[in-house]
Amino acid sequence: MLGSYWESVAVFTGINCLMGISLYVPMMAGLISLGQGGFMAIGAYVCALLTRADVPFALALAAGGCAAAFAGVIVGMPALRIRGIYVMILTLGFGEIVRVFFATFEPTGGASGMGGIRPLTELWHVVVATGAAVLLLWRIRHIRFGRAMIAVHEDDVAAEAMGINLTRTKLLSFALGSLMAGIAGGFYAHQALFIDANQFDFMRSAVTFLYVILGGAGNPFGPIVGAATVTLLPEMLRVVQDWRMTVFGTILVAMAVWRPDGLLPALRARGA
Amino acid sequence: MSALLSVVGVSRRFGGYLALNDISCGVAAGHVHALIGPNGAGKTTLFNILSGTLRATSGRIAFDGHDYTGQRPDHVLKMGIARNFQHVRLIRGLSIVENVMVGCHAWIDRGIVGNAAALFGLSSGERAAAEKARELLEFVGVAAKRHVEPPELTLADQRRVEIARALASRPRLLLLDEPAAGMNPAEVNELRSLIQRIRDREITILLVEHHVRLIMEIADNITVLSAGSIITTGPPSVIQRDPAVIAAYLGKSDEPAFGA
Repeated sequence: MLGSYWESVAVFTGINCLMGISLYVPMMAGLISLGQGGFMAIGAYVCALLTRADVPFALALAAGGCAAAFAGVIVGMPALRIRGIYVMILTLGFGEIVRVFFATFEPTGGASGMGGIRPLTELWHVVVATGAAVLLLWRIRHIRFGRAMIAVHEDDVAAEAMGINLTRTKLLSFALGSLMAGIAGGFYAHQALFIDANQFDFMRSAVTFLYVILGGAGNPFGPIVGAATVTLLPEMLRVVQDWRMTVFGTILVAMAVWRPDGLLPALRARGA
Repeated sequence: MSALLSVVGVSRRFGGYLALNDISCGVAAGHVHALIGPNGAGKTTLFNILSGTLRATSGRIAFDGHDYTGQRPDHVLKMGIARNFQHVRLIRGLSIVENVMVGCHAWIDRGIVGNAAALFGLSSGERAAAEKARELLEFVGVAAKRHVEPPELTLADQRRVEIARALASRPRLLLLDEPAAGMNPAEVNELRSLIQRIRDREITILLVEHHVRLIMEIADNITVLSAGSIITTGPPSVIQRDPAVIAAYLGKSDEPAFGA
Protein backbone atom coordinates (compact mmCIF):
# COMPACT_ATOMS: atom_id res chain seq x y z
CA MET A 1 0.00 0.00 0.00
CA LEU A 2 2.50 2.58 1.17
CA GLY A 3 6.12 2.20 0.21
CA SER A 4 8.23 0.87 3.07
CA TYR A 5 9.84 4.29 3.45
CA TRP A 6 6.54 6.10 3.90
CA GLU A 7 5.21 3.29 6.06
CA SER A 8 8.16 3.78 8.35
CA VAL A 9 7.55 7.54 8.38
CA ALA A 10 3.89 6.86 9.26
CA VAL A 11 4.89 4.61 12.19
CA PHE A 12 7.28 7.22 13.58
CA THR A 13 4.61 9.90 13.13
CA GLY A 14 2.18 7.79 15.16
CA ILE A 15 4.80 7.21 17.86
CA ASN A 16 5.46 10.94 18.02
CA CYS A 17 1.72 11.63 18.28
CA LEU A 18 1.64 9.30 21.28
CA MET A 19 4.57 11.19 22.76
CA GLY A 20 2.77 14.50 22.26
CA ILE A 21 -0.33 13.15 23.98
CA SER A 22 1.82 11.75 26.80
CA LEU A 23 2.89 15.30 27.56
CA TYR A 24 -0.53 16.88 27.00
CA VAL A 25 -2.15 14.81 29.78
CA PRO A 26 0.00 16.04 32.70
CA MET A 27 -0.12 19.53 31.16
CA MET A 28 -3.90 19.45 31.67
CA ALA A 29 -3.14 19.32 35.39
CA GLY A 30 -0.55 22.08 35.04
CA LEU A 31 2.53 19.85 35.13
CA ILE A 32 4.91 20.54 32.26
CA SER A 33 7.42 17.75 31.80
CA LEU A 34 10.72 18.12 29.97
CA GLY A 35 11.58 14.49 30.71
CA GLN A 36 9.22 12.55 28.44
CA GLY A 37 12.26 11.11 26.65
CA GLY A 38 13.24 9.44 29.92
CA PHE A 39 9.88 7.70 30.25
CA MET A 40 10.08 6.69 26.60
CA ALA A 41 13.53 5.17 27.23
CA ILE A 42 12.28 3.13 30.17
CA GLY A 43 9.40 1.78 28.06
CA ALA A 44 11.72 1.05 25.12
CA TYR A 45 14.35 -0.83 27.12
CA VAL A 46 11.90 -2.80 29.29
CA CYS A 47 9.83 -3.79 26.27
CA ALA A 48 12.90 -4.78 24.21
CA LEU A 49 14.33 -6.86 27.06
CA LEU A 50 11.05 -8.72 27.43
CA THR A 51 10.56 -9.51 23.74
CA ARG A 52 14.16 -10.75 23.67
CA ALA A 53 13.02 -13.20 26.39
CA ASP A 54 10.14 -14.23 24.08
CA VAL A 55 7.41 -12.45 26.02
CA PRO A 56 4.49 -11.64 23.65
CA PHE A 57 4.75 -8.12 22.20
CA ALA A 58 1.45 -6.89 23.64
CA LEU A 59 2.43 -8.00 27.12
CA ALA A 60 5.90 -6.51 26.78
CA LEU A 61 4.40 -3.18 25.63
CA ALA A 62 2.09 -3.13 28.64
CA ALA A 63 4.98 -3.96 30.98
CA GLY A 64 7.12 -1.20 29.45
CA GLY A 65 4.25 1.25 29.86
CA CYS A 66 3.72 0.23 33.48
CA ALA A 67 7.43 0.54 34.28
CA ALA A 68 7.37 4.07 32.86
CA ALA A 69 4.18 4.87 34.80
CA PHE A 70 5.83 3.64 37.99
CA ALA A 71 8.79 5.93 37.30
CA GLY A 72 6.23 8.69 36.67
CA VAL A 73 4.79 8.27 40.15
CA ILE A 74 8.29 8.34 41.70
CA VAL A 75 9.20 11.52 39.80
CA GLY A 76 5.75 13.01 40.39
CA MET A 77 6.04 12.86 44.17
CA PRO A 78 8.66 15.60 44.58
CA ALA A 79 6.92 17.50 41.77
CA LEU A 80 3.85 17.90 44.01
CA ARG A 81 5.62 20.45 46.15
CA ILE A 82 6.81 22.66 43.33
CA ARG A 83 5.20 24.44 40.42
CA GLY A 84 5.64 25.64 36.89
CA ILE A 85 9.20 26.11 35.79
CA TYR A 86 10.59 24.09 38.69
CA VAL A 87 8.64 21.02 37.56
CA MET A 88 10.28 21.49 34.17
CA ILE A 89 13.74 21.58 35.73
CA LEU A 90 13.02 18.52 37.87
CA THR A 91 11.77 16.45 34.94
CA LEU A 92 14.66 17.66 32.79
CA GLY A 93 17.00 16.31 35.47
CA PHE A 94 15.09 13.04 35.53
CA GLY A 95 15.45 12.64 31.76
CA GLU A 96 19.20 13.11 32.04
CA ILE A 97 19.43 10.57 34.88
CA VAL A 98 17.66 7.97 32.73
CA ARG A 99 19.86 8.71 29.72
CA VAL A 100 23.08 8.41 31.71
CA PHE A 101 21.78 5.26 33.40
CA PHE A 102 21.16 3.47 30.11
CA ALA A 103 24.44 4.79 28.66
CA THR A 104 26.37 3.08 31.48
CA PHE A 105 24.17 0.06 32.28
CA GLU A 106 26.04 -2.82 30.63
CA PRO A 107 23.26 -5.48 30.65
CA THR A 108 21.36 -3.38 28.06
CA GLY A 109 24.45 -2.63 26.01
CA GLY A 110 25.66 0.51 27.78
CA ALA A 111 27.04 3.17 25.48
CA SER A 112 27.16 0.82 22.49
CA GLY A 113 23.39 0.43 22.60
CA MET A 114 21.05 -2.51 22.29
CA GLY A 115 20.61 -4.18 18.91
CA GLY A 116 18.98 -7.31 17.58
CA ILE A 117 15.47 -6.13 18.45
CA ARG A 118 12.86 -7.92 16.35
CA PRO A 119 10.70 -5.82 13.96
CA LEU A 120 7.40 -6.36 15.77
CA THR A 121 5.85 -2.91 15.42
CA GLU A 122 3.30 -2.75 12.63
CA LEU A 123 1.57 0.31 11.30
CA TRP A 124 -1.88 -0.78 12.46
CA HIS A 125 -0.62 -1.23 16.07
CA VAL A 126 0.46 2.38 16.15
CA VAL A 127 -2.72 3.58 14.43
CA VAL A 128 -4.91 1.77 16.99
CA ALA A 129 -2.87 2.99 19.96
CA THR A 130 -2.84 6.57 18.72
CA GLY A 131 -6.57 6.40 17.96
CA ALA A 132 -7.29 5.18 21.47
CA ALA A 133 -5.15 7.94 22.96
CA VAL A 134 -6.91 10.58 20.85
CA LEU A 135 -10.29 9.27 21.96
CA LEU A 136 -9.15 9.37 25.57
CA LEU A 137 -7.95 12.95 25.17
CA TRP A 138 -11.17 14.01 23.44
CA ARG A 139 -13.39 12.59 26.19
CA ILE A 140 -11.29 13.08 29.29
CA ARG A 141 -12.33 16.67 29.93
CA HIS A 142 -15.93 15.52 30.22
CA ILE A 143 -15.34 13.10 33.08
CA ARG A 144 -14.65 13.56 36.78
CA PHE A 145 -10.89 13.04 36.49
CA GLY A 146 -10.58 15.42 33.53
CA ARG A 147 -12.50 18.18 35.29
CA ALA A 148 -10.34 17.61 38.35
CA MET A 149 -7.15 18.05 36.28
CA ILE A 150 -8.42 21.29 34.73
CA ALA A 151 -9.52 22.59 38.13
CA VAL A 152 -6.14 21.77 39.70
CA HIS A 153 -4.40 23.53 36.82
CA GLU A 154 -6.54 26.67 36.95
CA ASP A 155 -6.95 27.12 40.71
CA ASP A 156 -5.65 24.52 43.15
CA VAL A 157 -7.08 26.32 46.20
CA ALA A 158 -10.62 26.21 44.79
CA ALA A 159 -10.09 22.65 43.54
CA GLU A 160 -9.06 21.39 46.94
CA ALA A 161 -11.93 23.25 48.60
CA MET A 162 -14.32 21.40 46.27
CA GLY A 163 -13.09 18.02 47.44
CA ILE A 164 -10.40 17.29 44.87
CA ASN A 165 -7.38 15.42 46.21
CA LEU A 166 -4.49 17.42 44.73
CA THR A 167 -1.89 14.71 45.32
CA ARG A 168 -3.90 11.95 43.70
CA THR A 169 -4.93 14.07 40.70
CA LYS A 170 -1.40 15.26 39.95
CA LEU A 171 0.21 11.85 40.43
CA LEU A 172 -2.41 10.10 38.30
CA SER A 173 -2.06 12.59 35.46
CA PHE A 174 1.70 12.20 35.58
CA ALA A 175 1.48 8.41 35.67
CA LEU A 176 -1.00 8.32 32.78
CA GLY A 177 1.31 10.48 30.66
CA SER A 178 4.32 8.33 31.54
CA LEU A 179 2.38 5.18 30.67
CA MET A 180 1.74 6.53 27.17
CA ALA A 181 5.37 7.59 26.74
CA GLY A 182 6.46 4.10 27.84
CA ILE A 183 4.19 2.44 25.29
CA ALA A 184 5.46 4.82 22.61
CA GLY A 185 8.98 3.75 23.60
CA GLY A 186 8.08 0.07 23.16
CA PHE A 187 6.77 0.74 19.67
CA TYR A 188 9.84 2.81 18.89
CA ALA A 189 12.30 0.09 19.94
CA HIS A 190 10.61 -2.52 17.73
CA GLN A 191 10.55 -0.19 14.76
CA ALA A 192 14.06 1.27 15.06
CA LEU A 193 15.44 -2.22 15.94
CA PHE A 194 18.45 -0.61 17.59
CA ILE A 195 18.26 1.68 20.60
CA ASP A 196 20.85 3.55 22.58
CA ALA A 197 20.63 6.13 25.31
CA ASN A 198 21.24 9.09 22.99
CA GLN A 199 18.00 8.46 21.11
CA PHE A 200 16.19 9.45 24.32
CA ASP A 201 18.16 12.55 25.20
CA PHE A 202 16.98 16.05 26.00
CA MET A 203 16.30 16.74 22.31
CA ARG A 204 13.63 14.01 22.37
CA SER A 205 11.92 15.63 25.37
CA ALA A 206 12.25 19.12 23.92
CA VAL A 207 10.81 18.08 20.55
CA THR A 208 7.91 16.40 22.38
CA PHE A 209 7.29 19.71 24.12
CA LEU A 210 7.42 21.38 20.70
CA TYR A 211 4.65 19.05 19.38
CA VAL A 212 2.23 20.30 22.02
CA ILE A 213 3.20 23.97 21.83
CA LEU A 214 3.20 24.01 18.03
CA GLY A 215 -0.08 22.13 17.71
CA GLY A 216 -1.87 24.11 20.41
CA ALA A 217 -1.73 23.36 24.13
CA GLY A 218 -5.42 24.12 24.61
CA ASN A 219 -6.78 21.67 22.08
CA PRO A 220 -6.83 17.88 22.41
CA PHE A 221 -5.92 17.53 18.73
CA GLY A 222 -3.02 19.95 19.19
CA PRO A 223 -0.37 17.33 20.02
CA ILE A 224 -1.45 15.24 17.01
CA VAL A 225 -1.23 18.11 14.58
CA GLY A 226 2.02 19.29 16.15
CA ALA A 227 3.66 15.84 16.06
CA ALA A 228 2.52 15.21 12.49
CA THR A 229 3.80 18.60 11.36
CA VAL A 230 7.18 18.30 13.04
CA THR A 231 7.66 14.72 11.83
CA LEU A 232 6.39 15.05 8.27
CA LEU A 233 7.54 18.53 7.33
CA PRO A 234 11.28 17.76 7.33
CA GLU A 235 10.50 14.65 5.22
CA MET A 236 8.57 16.69 2.68
CA LEU A 237 11.24 19.35 2.68
CA ARG A 238 13.83 16.86 1.39
CA VAL A 239 13.37 18.45 -2.05
CA VAL A 240 15.19 21.55 -0.84
CA GLN A 241 18.03 19.25 0.25
CA ASP A 242 20.70 21.02 2.31
CA TRP A 243 18.33 23.86 3.17
CA ARG A 244 15.84 21.45 4.75
CA MET A 245 16.41 22.25 8.42
CA THR A 246 16.83 25.95 7.67
CA VAL A 247 13.43 26.11 6.00
CA PHE A 248 11.96 24.04 8.82
CA GLY A 249 13.38 26.42 11.42
CA THR A 250 12.04 29.40 9.49
CA ILE A 251 8.57 27.87 9.47
CA LEU A 252 8.76 27.41 13.26
CA VAL A 253 9.78 31.03 13.77
CA ALA A 254 6.97 32.18 11.49
CA MET A 255 4.57 30.08 13.56
CA ALA A 256 5.73 31.72 16.76
CA VAL A 257 5.07 35.13 15.22
CA TRP A 258 1.68 34.53 13.56
CA ARG A 259 0.16 31.73 15.62
CA PRO A 260 1.70 31.97 19.09
CA ASP A 261 -1.06 29.81 20.62
CA GLY A 262 -0.37 26.93 18.25
CA LEU A 263 -1.86 25.75 14.98
CA LEU A 264 -5.20 24.77 16.49
CA PRO A 265 -7.30 27.23 18.53
CA ALA A 266 -7.84 26.58 22.23
CA LEU A 267 -11.01 24.61 22.68
CA ARG A 268 -13.73 26.53 24.45
CA ALA A 269 -15.74 24.94 27.20
CA ARG A 270 -19.05 23.52 26.18
CA GLY A 271 -21.91 22.40 28.35
CA ALA A 272 -22.45 18.84 29.43
CA MET B 1 -29.69 23.34 71.17
CA SER B 2 -26.91 21.28 69.58
CA ALA B 3 -23.95 22.99 67.98
CA LEU B 4 -23.25 21.65 64.49
CA LEU B 5 -19.95 23.49 64.40
CA SER B 6 -17.91 24.29 67.46
CA VAL B 7 -14.76 26.33 67.72
CA VAL B 8 -12.73 26.06 70.92
CA GLY B 9 -9.87 28.42 71.74
CA VAL B 10 -8.69 28.93 68.15
CA SER B 11 -5.77 31.30 67.62
CA ARG B 12 -3.85 32.07 64.47
CA ARG B 13 -0.57 33.92 64.30
CA PHE B 14 1.06 35.31 61.15
CA GLY B 15 4.64 35.98 62.23
CA GLY B 16 4.33 38.55 64.99
CA TYR B 17 0.72 39.41 64.17
CA LEU B 18 -2.04 37.71 66.13
CA ALA B 19 -4.92 37.52 63.61
CA LEU B 20 -7.19 35.43 65.82
CA ASN B 21 -6.93 35.39 69.58
CA ASP B 22 -8.54 32.49 71.45
CA ILE B 23 -11.81 32.33 69.53
CA SER B 24 -14.56 30.11 70.91
CA CYS B 25 -18.03 29.95 69.38
CA GLY B 26 -20.64 27.55 68.08
CA VAL B 27 -23.06 27.42 65.17
CA ALA B 28 -26.41 25.81 65.91
CA ALA B 29 -27.84 23.34 63.40
CA GLY B 30 -30.42 24.91 61.12
CA HIS B 31 -29.38 28.49 61.87
CA VAL B 32 -28.17 31.28 59.68
CA HIS B 33 -25.26 32.48 61.79
CA ALA B 34 -23.59 35.73 60.79
CA LEU B 35 -20.00 36.68 61.50
CA ILE B 36 -19.45 40.42 61.35
CA GLY B 37 -16.70 42.85 62.22
CA PRO B 38 -14.60 45.66 60.78
CA ASN B 39 -12.06 44.94 58.03
CA GLY B 40 -9.06 43.09 59.40
CA ALA B 41 -11.03 41.60 62.30
CA GLY B 42 -10.05 38.07 61.24
CA LYS B 43 -13.31 36.86 59.64
CA THR B 44 -11.77 35.42 56.51
CA THR B 45 -8.90 33.95 58.53
CA LEU B 46 -11.44 32.10 60.65
CA PHE B 47 -13.25 30.96 57.50
CA ASN B 48 -10.05 29.62 56.02
CA ILE B 49 -9.37 27.69 59.22
CA LEU B 50 -12.89 26.27 59.30
CA SER B 51 -12.63 25.09 55.67
CA GLY B 52 -9.16 23.59 56.16
CA THR B 53 -7.40 26.01 53.82
CA LEU B 54 -5.41 27.41 56.75
CA ARG B 55 -4.26 25.73 59.96
CA ALA B 56 -4.94 27.19 63.37
CA THR B 57 -1.85 27.94 65.46
CA SER B 58 -3.73 26.51 68.44
CA GLY B 59 -7.24 25.44 69.40
CA ARG B 60 -9.69 22.81 68.18
CA ILE B 61 -12.55 22.76 65.67
CA ALA B 62 -15.30 20.14 65.57
CA PHE B 63 -18.13 19.37 63.17
CA ASP B 64 -21.14 17.46 64.50
CA GLY B 65 -19.08 16.35 67.50
CA HIS B 66 -16.21 15.12 65.32
CA ASP B 67 -12.86 16.88 65.79
CA TYR B 68 -11.41 17.82 62.38
CA THR B 69 -8.59 20.18 63.40
CA GLY B 70 -5.80 20.17 60.79
CA GLN B 71 -7.72 18.21 58.14
CA ARG B 72 -7.14 19.05 54.47
CA PRO B 73 -9.81 21.06 52.58
CA ASP B 74 -10.89 18.07 50.46
CA HIS B 75 -11.51 16.04 53.64
CA VAL B 76 -13.42 18.92 55.21
CA LEU B 77 -15.66 19.12 52.14
CA LYS B 78 -16.37 15.39 52.19
CA MET B 79 -17.33 15.74 55.86
CA GLY B 80 -20.10 18.15 54.84
CA ILE B 81 -18.69 21.68 54.98
CA ALA B 82 -18.64 23.63 51.69
CA ARG B 83 -17.61 27.22 51.04
CA ASN B 84 -17.50 30.01 48.51
CA PHE B 85 -14.70 32.54 48.17
CA GLN B 86 -14.72 36.27 48.89
CA HIS B 87 -12.89 36.77 45.59
CA VAL B 88 -14.78 34.45 43.25
CA ARG B 89 -12.70 31.42 42.27
CA LEU B 90 -14.54 29.70 39.45
CA ILE B 91 -12.53 27.53 37.08
CA ARG B 92 -11.77 29.16 33.73
CA GLY B 93 -11.77 26.71 30.86
CA LEU B 94 -14.80 24.91 32.26
CA SER B 95 -18.35 25.96 31.44
CA ILE B 96 -20.69 27.11 34.19
CA VAL B 97 -22.43 23.74 34.39
CA GLU B 98 -19.05 21.94 34.44
CA ASN B 99 -17.95 24.23 37.25
CA VAL B 100 -20.94 23.15 39.29
CA MET B 101 -20.19 19.53 38.41
CA VAL B 102 -16.74 19.98 39.97
CA GLY B 103 -18.70 20.43 43.18
CA CYS B 104 -20.12 16.93 42.67
CA HIS B 105 -16.58 15.54 42.64
CA ALA B 106 -16.86 14.07 46.13
CA TRP B 107 -19.73 11.75 45.33
CA ILE B 108 -19.46 10.59 41.69
CA ASP B 109 -17.56 7.81 39.94
CA ARG B 110 -14.59 7.04 42.06
CA GLY B 111 -11.91 4.74 40.76
CA ILE B 112 -10.75 3.58 37.36
CA VAL B 113 -13.89 1.61 36.44
CA GLY B 114 -16.24 4.52 37.06
CA ASN B 115 -14.05 6.98 35.17
CA ALA B 116 -13.56 4.53 32.29
CA ALA B 117 -17.32 4.03 32.01
CA ALA B 118 -17.72 7.80 31.95
CA LEU B 119 -15.28 8.01 29.02
CA PHE B 120 -17.81 6.10 26.92
CA GLY B 121 -20.76 8.05 28.31
CA LEU B 122 -21.92 5.07 30.35
CA SER B 123 -21.70 6.55 33.81
CA SER B 124 -24.85 6.98 35.85
CA GLY B 125 -22.88 9.14 38.30
CA GLU B 126 -21.87 11.52 35.53
CA ARG B 127 -25.51 11.86 34.41
CA ALA B 128 -26.61 12.39 38.01
CA ALA B 129 -23.98 15.11 38.41
CA ALA B 130 -25.11 16.88 35.21
CA GLU B 131 -28.70 16.65 36.43
CA LYS B 132 -27.78 17.96 39.88
CA ALA B 133 -25.81 20.83 38.33
CA ARG B 134 -28.74 21.84 36.14
CA GLU B 135 -31.13 21.68 39.07
CA LEU B 136 -28.84 23.85 41.24
CA LEU B 137 -28.27 26.42 38.49
CA GLU B 138 -32.05 26.63 38.25
CA PHE B 139 -32.19 27.00 42.03
CA VAL B 140 -29.74 29.93 42.11
CA GLY B 141 -31.21 31.45 38.93
CA VAL B 142 -28.34 31.16 36.43
CA ALA B 143 -29.63 28.19 34.39
CA ALA B 144 -29.96 30.16 31.15
CA LYS B 145 -26.22 30.84 31.01
CA ARG B 146 -25.01 27.36 31.87
CA HIS B 147 -22.96 26.81 28.71
CA VAL B 148 -20.79 29.92 28.85
CA GLU B 149 -17.48 30.33 30.67
CA PRO B 150 -17.25 32.14 34.03
CA PRO B 151 -15.76 35.46 32.80
CA GLU B 152 -18.86 36.04 30.66
CA LEU B 153 -21.09 36.31 33.74
CA THR B 154 -21.70 39.35 35.92
CA LEU B 155 -20.08 39.29 39.34
CA ALA B 156 -23.44 38.64 40.99
CA ASP B 157 -24.06 35.65 38.72
CA GLN B 158 -20.54 34.35 39.34
CA ARG B 159 -21.25 34.46 43.08
CA ARG B 160 -24.48 32.53 42.53
CA VAL B 161 -22.62 29.89 40.51
CA GLU B 162 -20.09 29.54 43.30
CA ILE B 163 -22.92 28.98 45.76
CA ALA B 164 -24.41 26.37 43.40
CA ARG B 165 -21.01 24.67 43.17
CA ALA B 166 -20.75 24.55 46.96
CA LEU B 167 -24.29 23.16 47.23
CA ALA B 168 -23.47 20.47 44.65
CA SER B 169 -21.29 18.74 47.22
CA ARG B 170 -24.43 18.14 49.35
CA PRO B 171 -23.10 20.02 52.39
CA ARG B 172 -24.69 20.23 55.82
CA LEU B 173 -22.89 23.48 56.60
CA LEU B 174 -22.35 26.23 54.05
CA LEU B 175 -19.69 28.88 54.67
CA LEU B 176 -20.52 32.06 52.75
CA ASP B 177 -17.77 34.70 52.61
CA GLU B 178 -19.23 38.09 51.67
CA PRO B 179 -21.74 36.82 49.08
CA ALA B 180 -23.29 40.30 48.70
CA ALA B 181 -20.03 42.11 47.91
CA GLY B 182 -20.36 44.09 44.69
CA MET B 183 -24.10 43.43 44.36
CA ASN B 184 -26.70 46.13 43.73
CA PRO B 185 -29.77 46.43 46.03
CA ALA B 186 -31.99 44.29 43.76
CA GLU B 187 -29.35 41.57 43.65
CA VAL B 188 -28.96 41.70 47.43
CA ASN B 189 -32.71 41.11 47.77
CA GLU B 190 -32.45 38.06 45.50
CA LEU B 191 -29.51 36.83 47.56
CA ARG B 192 -31.54 37.15 50.74
CA SER B 193 -34.28 35.00 49.30
CA LEU B 194 -31.67 32.51 48.05
CA ILE B 195 -30.10 32.19 51.51
CA GLN B 196 -33.54 31.63 53.01
CA ARG B 197 -34.28 28.91 50.43
CA ILE B 198 -30.95 27.26 51.23
CA ARG B 199 -31.88 27.23 54.90
CA ASP B 200 -35.22 25.67 53.95
CA ARG B 201 -33.19 22.76 52.55
CA GLU B 202 -31.96 22.20 56.12
CA ILE B 203 -28.47 23.47 55.40
CA THR B 204 -26.87 25.45 58.19
CA ILE B 205 -25.19 28.68 57.07
CA LEU B 206 -22.27 30.61 58.52
CA LEU B 207 -22.20 33.99 56.82
CA VAL B 208 -19.53 36.66 56.73
CA GLU B 209 -21.04 39.88 55.45
CA HIS B 210 -20.72 43.66 55.59
CA HIS B 211 -24.23 44.31 54.36
CA VAL B 212 -25.87 45.24 57.65
CA ARG B 213 -29.49 45.24 56.49
CA LEU B 214 -29.13 41.79 54.94
CA ILE B 215 -27.67 40.40 58.15
CA MET B 216 -30.29 41.96 60.40
CA GLU B 217 -33.02 40.49 58.21
CA ILE B 218 -31.84 36.90 57.88
CA ALA B 219 -29.44 36.04 60.70
CA ASP B 220 -30.67 34.01 63.68
CA ASN B 221 -27.51 34.76 65.55
CA ILE B 222 -24.63 37.16 65.12
CA THR B 223 -21.05 36.90 66.34
CA VAL B 224 -19.08 40.13 66.31
CA LEU B 225 -15.34 39.92 65.77
CA SER B 226 -12.95 42.81 66.24
CA ALA B 227 -9.16 42.79 66.10
CA GLY B 228 -9.04 39.01 66.32
CA SER B 229 -11.30 38.63 69.36
CA ILE B 230 -15.01 37.99 69.81
CA ILE B 231 -16.80 41.01 71.26
CA THR B 232 -20.20 39.42 71.66
CA THR B 233 -22.70 36.91 70.29
CA GLY B 234 -26.46 37.32 70.20
CA PRO B 235 -29.61 37.77 68.12
CA PRO B 236 -29.80 40.79 65.76
CA SER B 237 -32.07 42.83 68.03
CA VAL B 238 -29.52 42.69 70.86
CA ILE B 239 -26.44 43.20 68.68
CA GLN B 240 -27.90 46.34 67.10
CA ARG B 241 -28.00 48.09 70.48
CA ASP B 242 -24.77 46.74 71.96
CA PRO B 243 -22.51 49.70 72.81
CA ALA B 244 -19.35 47.59 72.40
CA VAL B 245 -20.37 46.68 68.84
CA ILE B 246 -21.15 50.28 67.97
CA ALA B 247 -17.80 51.35 69.41
CA ALA B 248 -15.94 48.71 67.37
CA TYR B 249 -17.53 49.89 64.14
CA LEU B 250 -17.80 53.62 64.69
CA GLY B 251 -15.24 54.43 67.34
CA LYS B 252 -15.91 55.31 70.97
CA SER B 253 -19.05 57.27 71.79
CA ASP B 254 -17.13 60.29 73.10
CA GLU B 255 -15.59 60.79 69.67
CA PRO B 256 -17.57 62.21 66.77
CA ALA B 257 -18.71 59.21 64.77
CA PHE B 258 -18.62 60.56 61.22
CA GLY B 259 -16.04 63.32 61.51
CA ALA B 260 -17.13 66.79 62.45
